[in-house]
Parts: sequence; structure tokens; C-alpha cells
Amino acid sequence: MHERYGSKTIFELHKPGCQSVRWPACDVPCNEIAELIPEEYLRHEVPSLPEVAEPDLVRHLSILAARNMCVDSHFYPLGSCTMKYNPKRHERWAQLVEFTHLHPYQPEESIQGLLALLYSLQQMLSEIAGLDAVSLHPAAGAQGELTALLMAAAYFRSRGEARRHVLVPDVAHGTNPASAKMAGFEVVQIRSSPAGIADPEILAEHLGPSTAVLMITNPNTLGLFEKEIVRLCQMVHQAGGLVYLDGANMNAICGIAQPGKFGIDMMHFNTHKTFSTPHGSGGPGAGPVAVTAKLAPFLPVPVVVYEDGRYRLDYDRPLSIGRVRSFLGNVGVLIRAYCYLRTVGAAGLKQVAELAVLNANYLLHKVGKLLPVPYGQRCMHEFVASAAKVKAERSISAMDIAKRLLDYGFHAPTVYFPLVVREALMIEPTETENKETLDAFSAAIEAILREPAELLHEAPHHMPVSRPDEVRAAREPILVWRE
Amino acid sequence: MAYINASEEHIREMLAAIGLSSIEELFAEIPAECRVSGQLALPEPLGELELDQHLRALGAQNRCAANAIYFLGGGCYDHFIPAVVDALASRPEFVTAYTPYQPEASQGTLQAMFEYQTLISRLTGMDVSNASMYDGASAAAEAILMSVEITNRRHVVLAGTLHPEYREVMSTYLRNLDVDIVILDYRRGVCQLAEVASKLSDKTACLVVQHPNFFGCLEPVHELSKYAHQVGALFVVVFYPISLGLLQPPAAYGADIAVAEGQCLGIPMGFGGPFLGIMTCREQFVRRIPGRLVGQTVDRRGQRCWVLTLQTREQHIRRERATSNICTNQGLMALRATIYLAAVGGVGLRQVAMLCVHKAHYAKGRLTEEAGFQSPFSAPFFHEFVLRDPSGNVDHLLRSLAAENVFVGPPLGRWYPELSDCFLVALTEKRTQHEIDTLVKICSKR
Repeated sequence: MHERYGSKTIFELHKPGCQSVRWPACDVPCNEIAELIPEEYLRHEVPSLPEVAEPDLVRHLSILAARNMCVDSHFYPLGSCTMKYNPKRHERWAQLVEFTHLHPYQPEESIQGLLALLYSLQQMLSEIAGLDAVSLHPAAGAQGELTALLMAAAYFRSRGEARRHVLVPDVAHGTNPASAKMAGFEVVQIRSSPAGIADPEILAEHLGPSTAVLMITNPNTLGLFEKEIVRLCQMVHQAGGLVYLDGANMNAICGIAQPGKFGIDMMHFNTHKTFSTPHGSGGPGAGPVAVTAKLAPFLPVPVVVYEDGRYRLDYDRPLSIGRVRSFLGNVGVLIRAYCYLRTVGAAGLKQVAELAVLNANYLLHKVGKLLPVPYGQRCMHEFVASAAKVKAERSISAMDIAKRLLDYGFHAPTVYFPLVVREALMIEPTETENKETLDAFSAAIEAILREPAELLHEAPHHMPVSRPDEVRAAREPILVWRE
Repeated sequence: MAYINASEEHIREMLAAIGLSSIEELFAEIPAECRVSGQLALPEPLGELELDQHLRALGAQNRCAANAIYFLGGGCYDHFIPAVVDALASRPEFVTAYTPYQPEASQGTLQAMFEYQTLISRLTGMDVSNASMYDGASAAAEAILMSVEITNRRHVVLAGTLHPEYREVMSTYLRNLDVDIVILDYRRGVCQLAEVASKLSDKTACLVVQHPNFFGCLEPVHELSKYAHQVGALFVVVFYPISLGLLQPPAAYGADIAVAEGQCLGIPMGFGGPFLGIMTCREQFVRRIPGRLVGQTVDRRGQRCWVLTLQTREQHIRRERATSNICTNQGLMALRATIYLAAVGGVGLRQVAMLCVHKAHYAKGRLTEEAGFQSPFSAPFFHEFVLRDPSGNVDHLLRSLAAENVFVGPPLGRWYPELSDCFLVALTEKRTQHEIDTLVKICSKR
């Protein structure tokens, strides 16, 4: 029913003179603009933006909204993304004017409530991590990785050590090696054991005087707990290196294990995964980092501190790596993370991990009967099934299954990642889904695998569009609308 | 606990199905030494009503632009946000969706991002806009990384009038990459052309200039662009989106990469985030730009539709050889900018820009003529300007203004010791003559 409207862009709704917003006349004495700003700076034409009446604008965006699947309306088992329910109460609180209408340069005395909240969030994240100090700056997990690696570089520099190598397992997120390169390191990929986890003997082959950092995700992207983690950390430390934990999968272990006890030195959280801040069609998230005391002097500035009964922003940190972004961080997102932690508390956080892992294992049990799960009978918060067998036998790919799931009313899992599993379907149900949904999802996969391959090759059949030509999009990129 | 979605019975059934008798067994592989001892030391959980009271109590300890007059500037401004922006950008179909990896399930997001890219391209005149970065500062830092890659040169020249926090972010990003940074001086509030010419060379990857700059002044962008291009360097511009209602767009004066903080386009000040990093470039650099790009294509039935494209630039494909480590964009913030620009339109944006300019010039005139402040910079300016307090005690002045519910600043001494008796004043379309008069009156009494 939306196709008629949905085929239009905002530019095709342009009606001259129909803008939604009317501005007041200027209430101060006005000179001619040309007297205020020299001619050579001025543009003569107004920017060519569409003029759209408010009812048309609202209908247009509403039609677009209807063309999205989202967590509120759909099971969204996108592995590695932790697409859990986003509480409505957070939206109300984060949008209080006493938080949204604050300027980053207003005096500290006038933002004591906000600073108290952020300070408390630093403390809570530090406790969850089992590490000593936290920075709330990074805007996303990837920026958290970069921040921590820049801190590692500063740490080694302060010790006069030239360490070049960042070790990254083959199952790591692509951001890990990319962040390492941006921080000026060389990336060394280490292969996983046949069981899908990091192997101390393989690690040993790569350790040496140039080892700077091991980046490890635990549980890893196969949904497996890195059970050798303590030994891995000891080995890296013996070689003089540091260990970084990619906290993308903290939803599996929050409140149960403390990464600091693994022996790691630094980590990031993804508030949009673990602490239920909305994913917002791709952001904003937040990627706070937590570190041990020896790395704390290198944290970005400023840090929120509490002294003599008042909160303030501490810039006087001579060893700091400096700023990684303007102002203080994605504060609106951090407020939501604070609300989440204050709602669930310690017992609730543990229960979140328990249910996330139970749901994943239950779904592994059901889906594992339909598609092989190469790495194990048990998992943590997610697991990776493989369509390699049905691909070979019936030419049904992971992508075919993913696309057909959309017709059944489910968002697709993450596909073709991690790379060590062929025809990968990475499935993360999260704790906020119930058994009926998981049963329905596995029933859908079962039904799909009984369908003719030809039908699946052209799936989805009931979505607004089907199988966009991505090759054409990349070969002749059309990145802006033209009449 | 809130948000858990399983009855006791379901938990029992699920455990039975997987052949376990307790949830604990699922965590058997986690060594004892890694476990939380007892329970995490977190504050006691609060129900919705109690937490509502708690947050409102914290909020009450803040003073905000809803009940004070803000003349604060320096990269974050108190602009008006039409209700339609809030209403549409809070739709759960946008709020609770993720990166559009499955285009069939994400046409809403993809089309909105394509419209965002087009709006930004039209606003700036630049060929290509990506689907956004974290904020203006990190977008500017990424523009330098991009310039270094494109030119294969390792010197960058930054205007001293570029936002100091942006320069700090650049310096953090470049710290380990063997890139030299030269920071230019300024005179009359803008770059000095003679100095620029002397600092640029055939080793320069890019010249980075903010326009209007951190002091609110308009830079000689045509000349700066020419100087950069004469040595084969890229000209990177940090622009102010609202100003483009009135000022020439970056493409008109030869910007190769143009970036901006998009907060002014319908995003609340929010104590500095989440914001919107706008990033644009010329067509020839499209395969070097970081971040998400949405492209138009057709589906198997021939319908127009949209997908993420040119992904071989990105970390999930290219890993350490990617153009950047950035994964997500700031989708919801880009959506807000899209709605804002569509709601305001080209004519409306010009009106906003003119209101800002008129109010700023009126305020500066009155503050210098009646309140005893000096204007250290004579260059033309847009909606923000620097004042010098001859009595020298800027902190005292700004504190006493705050005591009267008027926020002005930031003071400049933190970044510019030679301007320790100076501060910024920013005007937006929201400031009324009465509010400006109030500011003048309080300042005149001091």
C-alpha cells in the first residue's frame, strides 16, 4: 500500500513556497547584508533544498519508517549487534530539557546534576569491568578501540619502548585491525584453534619484543568463551605487551565475570549493545573505555572527578593522549546507559546475561538440528550456523535463508561473518526475546529449508524491494538524487 | 526484573530442551578466578517512578537553555528545533533499527540517508557526502587522514583559527602516524596570507581552515584555496551549515574536502553530544572517503531502491587496509538533519542565516558602544564574535552574568593565552532584542 508514495524522494515532493517552518521577522534594526558581509563571501542563489509542506514531510518520513524493520516490531537476531529491547522510559529521561538544553561550555557549577550522573556512570562501568578508570568520550565501539590503542602507544612511548605489533585473532571484528592501523601499529593476524578459540601455543609463536597489544573479544564472535583468557593475558604480559578486550559481547558475561580478572589492561563497552541504548539506524552509540590504574594517566581529557563535594572536569592530565572528539562524549546516549544500569542493578545485570545465554543456547539447540553449527554444542550469547551443506547440496546460500526470513517477518541474522565459518549465519537472540519467538524463528528456518531453491534465490517476495543490484550500485555509484 | 521476557515455566522448558538443570551450567567454562565475587557493587535498582524522581532531581541541579539566556558559542549553538524533527526522529522504526545491512528490511533508513547525502551535497555544492561521522572534530581529523592518503604527503597545515578542540583531536589522531602538523598564526582574527604562503610547500598534504572560523570571522577562503592548490595540497574546509544559507558554499571556493559539525541542523545541544559529523568531498576522491555511503540502484524487479555501497573501502571488508576504522555513522542525527533541512528549505535556511547575522551585528554594536567592550578583530564575521574586556577579569564577568541567568562564552584564555581577557559571544535566531538588551544592560552595570 505504500508503493505509490514510497517510490518518491523528498526532492520529488518539492512545492515552491511550501516550507514547513516560518521564521519571524527580524526584531533588531537591520542593515543591508552587503553592508555587514563583503560581497565576495555571499552566495546569490538560495541553497537548492526542497520546500515541503509539513503534512507532506510527515507522510513522507512515516512511509519511510514503515519500510524499516526494527526491534520494537520485529525479532532482530543480528549477531554481534545485541539488538535488545530499548526501554521507553530512557527516551523520556534523556529528553528532559535539563539534559538536552545544556551547552558544553557552561560553567561546572551549573551542571552538577549532569556531572553527578556521568561520574556515577564512570564508577558503575569501572565496577562492571573490574578495572580502575573510565573515559566516557568515545562515540562508538570503534572509537573506543582507537582510544585504547592510542593509550597503549602513549604508554609504551612513556617507557621508551618501540613496540609495533598488534595481534588480532582471525575471528575479530574488522574494526580491530582497522583501529590498530589508525593508531600507528602493524597488524598481525593470529589463527584460531580448531575449537574456534585463541590457542596459547599459537599465540606464543607471535609473541616477542615487538608485541604491543593483543586485541581479543570475549566471548568471541563465534559465541565461544575464550577459556584460556587468563593464560593468554599472562603470556602477553610476560612478553611486555598489553591486552585489550573488545567488549562487543559483554551482554553474555556482565555481572557474572569481570574482565579485569581475566588480566586484561583495557576494554571498551558498546552502550548500544550491552546497555540497551537505541541503535538509531546506525548510531549514535557510545564506546566508553575502562583501563587499569597504570594506564589511567593516559585517558583522554577531560575526566569527570569528584572533589570537596563538587564535580568537575579534570583537564590537568599531562600524560593524557588528548582529545578523541569535541566536548565530552555522546552524553545523550550515556544518560540512557545510566538509566539502564540504575533500572537493572547488579542482580538484574547478571540475569540479563543468564537469559541472553539461555536463549542463545535454546535457539542453538533448535537451529542446530536444521543447520550445522561448526563450533560447538554450547554457546554464550550467540552462535554461528553454516549453510555450507545446503549450499553444496541444494545451492541454498546463507543469503537466501537470510532474505527469506524477512518474508517470514524476522530480521535476518548477520551473514558471512565471522570469516572462519563458510556460509555463516550469526544469530544473537538477546534476553528480551521469549521462547515463543525463538520457536517461531526456528520453525521459519525449518519451513524455509523445505522450500524450493528457486523460490529462495528470489526471496524476499513480500518486502517493498527484493535483491537490489549491489554490483551496479558500486560500479556506477549514484550517491545523490538527480532529476 | 524489567525487560526480561521469560516466565519460570519457559526457563524450565528451555533448560530441559538443552538437557541442563540450571542456567549456571551454561557458564561452566568461565574459570572461577574470572568470576564476580558475590555480586557487583552497583547502586540498588530503582523502579520507574523512583528513577523518574531521581533523574528529575539530577536535572534540577542543572541550569539549562529552557530557563536561561544562552549566548554561548564555540561549536555548539542554541538554535530552534521544529517539533516535526523531534516527532519524526523519535519514530521507533528509526530509533530501534540498526545499520541497513539488509536493504530489503531497511529501505526507510537507506532512502533517508540517501536524501541526507543529497541535501548535504546541495547545501555545500560538493559532489559527494557520506552518511555521516561521529562529530565535526573527528570528521575533520579523518579529512586529514584522507588527504595524507590521497596526496601521499606527510605535512599538514592548520589554521590557528580552527576550533582548538578540533586541533586537539587531529593531533591525537595523527600522533603515531608520522605526520607533521604546522599551526598558523592569525591577525585581525583570520589567517595571514603571507604566512600561509610561507608555510605551504610541495610536502603539504592539506591546508585546513574553518570558515567562519572559531572567532566567528570570515577567512579569505578564495585566496587560501588558491595557495593550497598552487602547491598541490588539498584544501580542507570546516564550514558552519547554517551559514550556507547566506555564504558561498565550499565548492564555490574550491574545497576538496568539506566537513562540519551538524548540530545546528535540528540536534539539541545535549552538553556536546551526540552530534553529527558532516563529511563531503569531490567526486574524484569518493573511493577514499571513510564511512557509510548509500547508493541508488534497482532491485530484481527493476524498482528504484537504495543500498550501502562502495563497501570495499570499509573495515568489515578491508580490515587494516580500510579507509578508516569507523563502523557505524550517526544515523539518527543524520535523520534529524534531513528532516530539519527539508522542513526549513532553502529560503528558510537563508532566513535563519540572516536572523543570526543581523542579531550578531546588532549585539556586537551595542556591546562595544554601550558596555565598554573592545573588538580585537576587525574581520567580517557571521553569528559569533570575540569581545575584549579591558578590565581583564573575564571569569568574574562571565560568572556575574551567569548569576543573572545569562550564559556567555567560552572565555578564550584556555586556548589562546594572548586572549585571556577575551571571550566569545554567539547569537542565533532564537535570541530576541529583549534578551540582547538584557545582556547589554547587565554588562553596562559592571
